Amino acid sequence: MNKSFLVHRTPQVKRLERRLFLGRSLSLGALALLSGCNLTDDAAVQRVLTAMSRWNDGAQDWLFDPKRLAPEFPESRITQPFPFNGYYAEDEVIEVDGGRYRLELSGLIRDRKPWTLAELYALPQVSQVTRLICVEGWSAIGKWSGVRFSEFLQRIGADLTAKYVGFKCADKYHTSIDMATALHPQTQLSFRFADALLPAKYGFPMKLRIPTKLGFKNPKHIAAIFVTNTYPGGYWEDQGYNWHSGS
Amino acid sequence: MADDLLGVERSGWIKVHPLVVRITHWINVLAVLIMLASGWQIYNASPLFDFTFPPALTLGGWLAGALQWHFAAMWLFVLNGIVYVAYGLASGHFRRKLLPLSPRAVLHDIGDAFRGRLAHDDLSKYNAAQRAAYAALIVALLVLVASGLAIWKPVQLYWLASVMGDYEGARLVHFFAMAAVVLIVLVHVLMVILVPRTFPTMFTGRARRVS
Repeated sequence: MNKSFLVHRTPQVKRLERRLFLGRSLSLGALALLSGCNLTDDAAVQRVLTAMSRWNDGAQDWLFDPKRLAPEFPESRITQPFPFNGYYAEDEVIEVDGGRYRLELSGLIRDRKPWTLAELYALPQVSQVTRLICVEGWSAIGKWSGVRFSEFLQRIGADLTAKYVGFKCADKYHTSIDMATALHPQTQLSFRFADALLPAKYGFPMKLRIPTKLGFKNPKHIAAIFVTNTYPGGYWEDQGYNWHSGS
Repeated sequence: MADDLLGVERSGWIKVHPLVVRITHWINVLAVLIMLASGWQIYNASPLFDFTFPPALTLGGWLAGALQWHFAAMWLFVLNGIVYVAYGLASGHFRRKLLPLSPRAVLHDIGDAFRGRLAHDDLSKYNAAQRAAYAALIVALLVLVASGLAIWKPVQLYWLASVMGDYEGARLVHFFAMAAVVLIVLVHVLMVILVPRTFPTMFTGRARRVS
């Protein structure tokens, strides 16, 4: 750098250079973000992203209106064929023996006796034609029938002031939801799909249908239900998917 | 910061971009780049059309990571956007810089641009093609936010989703608004490369007067 150039480095020019440098650093930083697949795995970055996901749980809890109903559709809008989805392939779907099946209950529940399918089928049944939205982006409209989950929770004497309802499934899947969503009028313990007994690929003997949450929050092959104030997480949630995932 | 210093200063410098606009511009660059790269990864999980985005252009590594980035950066993008739009409306910045917008003047200036005759003498004043492009970018970003909210909350914000043709319609709106933003930004960057003395003004806020 020769002397005559340095003479011309007035404070204004210096300020300009500093700003240009800052601007370029900013662009470089943005580029690094774009090219860095590993960036997401960086511990500090992951801490911030996880904290933001928890913040978004709160934001969604605040946005959730317990009385707002998901849109229902005429049966002519039902998606044919309805897609299969799970964390395994369709030919790996498990077969549950309905005759020997018992729904187990635990946690903050007064009457924890197991339920047979016949007892569950005897509860008041309702139907809904709603849109299932997958976290991947696609959606499909289906018809589910079963008992209102709020009705079931009341019958078993669940602590309705508890924070979470958790689900353990026969296919080793597990998930959990907030009590406000569990008590939503459209949240349904479903035994039937398209007016027929719930087939294995859609979750026999029962799934929890929640039209106000993404598909992966709708557990299939439910084997046990528990009520708790301790955050239970879930199969996908523990891997980074947003826990609330409300619609 | 005051936008009323558009006139010539004694030194021969003209004020081009107010400080608020410069700061929000660069925060927006960062936020939009994150939203685009993570959004493309999310798109790839369930493509709307017969193509996917190259993994090298995506952010997050897989769907869950991309969703984390997308829903974290949305706060930066929206809060920054609120500051910018509030400033633009309240200070008269939008009115002064982006109006009037007549289709004839826009077409005329686009024609001039293709013939390489578009004047950039006074960088503090946008020509009609610039005004149209910047106004369109603001609108496209607003549509992106609205359709994004409709996809995120198709039940809680059902009224918003329903004006876009429900959830699936909102996905299409979100995609095409993204495409519009990418197109406008590419032209914008190309124009900065063609008229490079506009680039430092987005940092310093001012330019030497061309007499």
